[in-house]
Amino acid sequence: MTADTLFSLAPLVILFPLLGFVFNLVAGRRISERGAGIVASAAVGLAFVISILQFVALGLDPAGATIHIAEWIVVGELEVDWALQIDTLSVTMLLMVTGVGGLIHIYAIGYMHDDVRFQGDPSRFPRFFVYFSLFMTAMLILVTGNSYLTMFVGWEGVGLSSYLLISFWYEKGEKGIGNALAGKKAFIVNRVGDLGFIIAMLITFWFFGTLTFEEVFSEAEAMGAAAVTAATAITLFLFVGAAGKSAQIPLFVWLPDAMAGPTPVSALIHAATMVTAGIYMLVRNAPLLELATVTPNIIAIVGAATALLAASIALARFDIKRVLAYSTISQLGFMIAAVGIGAYVAAIFHLVAHAFFKALLFLSAGSVIQGVEHGHHHEDSAEEDFNPNDMRVMGGLRTRMKVTFWVYLIGALALAGIPPLAGFFSKDEILADASHVNPAVYWVLVLAAFLTAFYMGRQVLMVFFGKPRSKAAEATKESPATMVAPLVALAVLAVGGGLINAPGLLPLTRFLQETLADIEEPEFIAAIAILTTLLALASIGLAWLLYGRRPIKSRAPDPLQARLGPVWIAIRHRWWVDEFYDWLIVRRYVSLARWLAEVADERFLHDWVHDRVIALSYFRATHWLASVLDLRFIDRGFDGLGALTRRGASGLAVLQTGYVRNYAAAVFIGLVLVVSYLLLS
Amino acid sequence: MTVELAIFLGLAVVAVGASIAMLVSRNAVYSALFLVIVLFAIAVLYLLLSAAFIAMVQVAVYAGAIMVLFLFVIMLLGTENVESESRRPWQFAAALVLSYVLIIQFLVVAIVLPGDFGGEFGALVDGFGGPASIGILLFREYLVPFEVTSLLLLAAMVGAIVLTRRESSR
Amino acid sequence: MIHILILSGVLFTLGALGVLIRRNAIVMFMSIELMLNAANLAFVGFARSMGALSGQVFVFFVIAVAAAEVAIGLALIVAVYRNRGSIDVDMVSDLKG
Repeated sequence: MTADTLFSLAPLVILFPLLGFVFNLVAGRRISERGAGIVASAAVGLAFVISILQFVALGLDPAGATIHIAEWIVVGELEVDWALQIDTLSVTMLLMVTGVGGLIHIYAIGYMHDDVRFQGDPSRFPRFFVYFSLFMTAMLILVTGNSYLTMFVGWEGVGLSSYLLISFWYEKGEKGIGNALAGKKAFIVNRVGDLGFIIAMLITFWFFGTLTFEEVFSEAEAMGAAAVTAATAITLFLFVGAAGKSAQIPLFVWLPDAMAGPTPVSALIHAATMVTAGIYMLVRNAPLLELATVTPNIIAIVGAATALLAASIALARFDIKRVLAYSTISQLGFMIAAVGIGAYVAAIFHLVAHAFFKALLFLSAGSVIQGVEHGHHHEDSAEEDFNPNDMRVMGGLRTRMKVTFWVYLIGALALAGIPPLAGFFSKDEILADASHVNPAVYWVLVLAAFLTAFYMGRQVLMVFFGKPRSKAAEATKESPATMVAPLVALAVLAVGGGLINAPGLLPLTRFLQETLADIEEPEFIAAIAILTTLLALASIGLAWLLYGRRPIKSRAPDPLQARLGPVWIAIRHRWWVDEFYDWLIVRRYVSLARWLAEVADERFLHDWVHDRVIALSYFRATHWLASVLDLRFIDRGFDGLGALTRRGASGLAVLQTGYVRNYAAAVFIGLVLVVSYLLLS
Repeated sequence: MTVELAIFLGLAVVAVGASIAMLVSRNAVYSALFLVIVLFAIAVLYLLLSAAFIAMVQVAVYAGAIMVLFLFVIMLLGTENVESESRRPWQFAAALVLSYVLIIQFLVVAIVLPGDFGGEFGALVDGFGGPASIGILLFREYLVPFEVTSLLLLAAMVGAIVLTRRESSR
Repeated sequence: MIHILILSGVLFTLGALGVLIRRNAIVMFMSIELMLNAANLAFVGFARSMGALSGQVFVFFVIAVAAAEVAIGLALIVAVYRNRGSIDVDMVSDLKG
């Protein structure tokens, strides 16, 4: 098995999920639920196997390969092909996406089996896996594409799948339309980011004449200082795209709403894979970022600000998934800040580790929610307003859902950054690099880390400790094996994930050095590591003080509320960001749309232009043509011609006397005339 | 004034006079008889012009057969009655004017226009206008018209019979 | 020769005049015969002056045709008389208008 044969298998990594998509689309309804789920999971599983083969191939030939599939666009100077770039960076992403994705697929079989029955539409089961496979296909295209345009195909594809999956229960949600609105919000905000991506592509093509990554980067290197302005502009617009996809300020508002989708969706798309696409894309463009002047600073600042902002909002959330959503935004902020300060390896490291424990947390949250739902159906089914996601109805689940509790705890500690779990190493690398490059960013990130540990502690204490705050929580039981097994697997990864780039050996750094040439080795600064660990422990202790010592009673106000006062109100209202957007953009846009529809279209165009100007003048014109022109002039003209002919005929008919002698006389006259003519000529 | 000219003048006067009388006469029989006189005069003129055979044919066929046929029909139809004058005076006047113009034109052609009409008659071959020479011409150069004429006469006979058949023969 | 031609022309004109003036169909017919004779006279005159016998042969044919024509014409007049009861040409004006 040579490296080349292994590399040539790469297109299969996209083909398998695509086949799964088509199969489930066509035949999903005819095979059993289990069948549809297995097909989709097997597709991802096979893609994982292929990814491993690519990893092996890279071991043989670290430089990687470009696999050509087909020509796509050849128009003038623009040449874009369907081609895959298999190098260490893309294979890292491949392994993570297919591995975590496979585990989530298996989990989803069990989860959706219950969910479609809760929501009352069992026939919708196959559709979920159709969308899931579509998402996997698009994500893998995104990760393996060798040019901006092919990556963009995947980029758009994951945006579409995200929309479809968020609005999976489109007729449910607030007022029967909430889920659909969430999907629409996600799609539209993403679109703003996509516009940035497109502009970046345009500038790239205009300046470099090509869209393929390799060619652009070698051109940029060759041009050196001459390409600085272009690189700055390109990376700036690329960052706009990344901000949309990876939920940074100011385009993060869609992610919390996206929790309206089923939990596996939140785990896969909004924690592990799609939202990380922005970071992957920026790391891919590292050569341009190295050239650019202003952009990396902006990226670092925005990332850090987002991390802090989102962490603050997470403190005051009661919905279990919303806490995790804002946590995701915050952690993405960490990764983006890492990219901004040039710590590409740290960013990817944290991306992978975060995928492990965030997916774990989401799936476990799903397990908790399901358990509470089950409990509700057994006990409290009369109660109308029951929200199984609300942490205030939970409590004391530690004894009732043992496995879920332990894996959730592992995930929470990993997120908080407690050694030796995965999150510690990855977060630490970022902080270490930040302390060198940008102290302001460093301190902001430290504060965000502090808040992270606090809100996770709060969450664990509210959900699993204390006494159950509702009958449903009392009746909760552990979830079935298909759901719990992937949780355990992910927990193992969350524990051991730190080894991916453990200081000393730094395997990931070496691995990525093949692709990102110019990266420095991250150092391990013991002082920072100790400081952050102590902060995290202190934060957890604080949380215990507030939430653990005296178990919260249901309907009691949150302990923070009294202590933070006005700050609590601000973070409770999410710093009024959504309201600000609504006032600034949405309301204006809606009134503009309404004005255009009612005034411009209805009154002006329809009533005035169409009816009065066009239709009326047309009728008048045709009326004039018909009665004046046609009736009076043309008809008279032709009637006159007819009358003239008749008169001429009757005039000539006078000659037809019927008398022979008249005819003879005519002959005679003719004779005389002819003879005269002959004589005279 | 040669003898020929004198004879010609006499005959001309007779012919023209008889024609005018034919036109004017109220009685159809008188008109027919006046026409016979004209035909005779013309026959004599033919003789003067060395057309002996033609003169005889004229007398035999024209005056002898055709005019007899005319008289038969006049008698048959009993139309000796006088009819009133033409109902259209303007036509009468126009006819006179036209005739006058035509005569003038003839005079112009004959007298004023230059042309060689032969002037004095020259010498002729022997047997000019005799039956023999006419016969030779008829049966040599003009054989086809001769035969066609016989067909024509046949057709005329048949036509005359058909036209005058009474309808009660059905 | 000229005198022949003048006489021929005068007779011809008189015949034409007769056709125009008289209402009796038979007399009209006789005027037509007069015209034919005038033409015959001219033919014979030319035959004499040019020494060409063909002129006389032509007259021969004219007379034959005149005979046939008279036969048919008179038969027609008889038929018209039977239908109309009169040989006034002004009466047979059904083709009027």
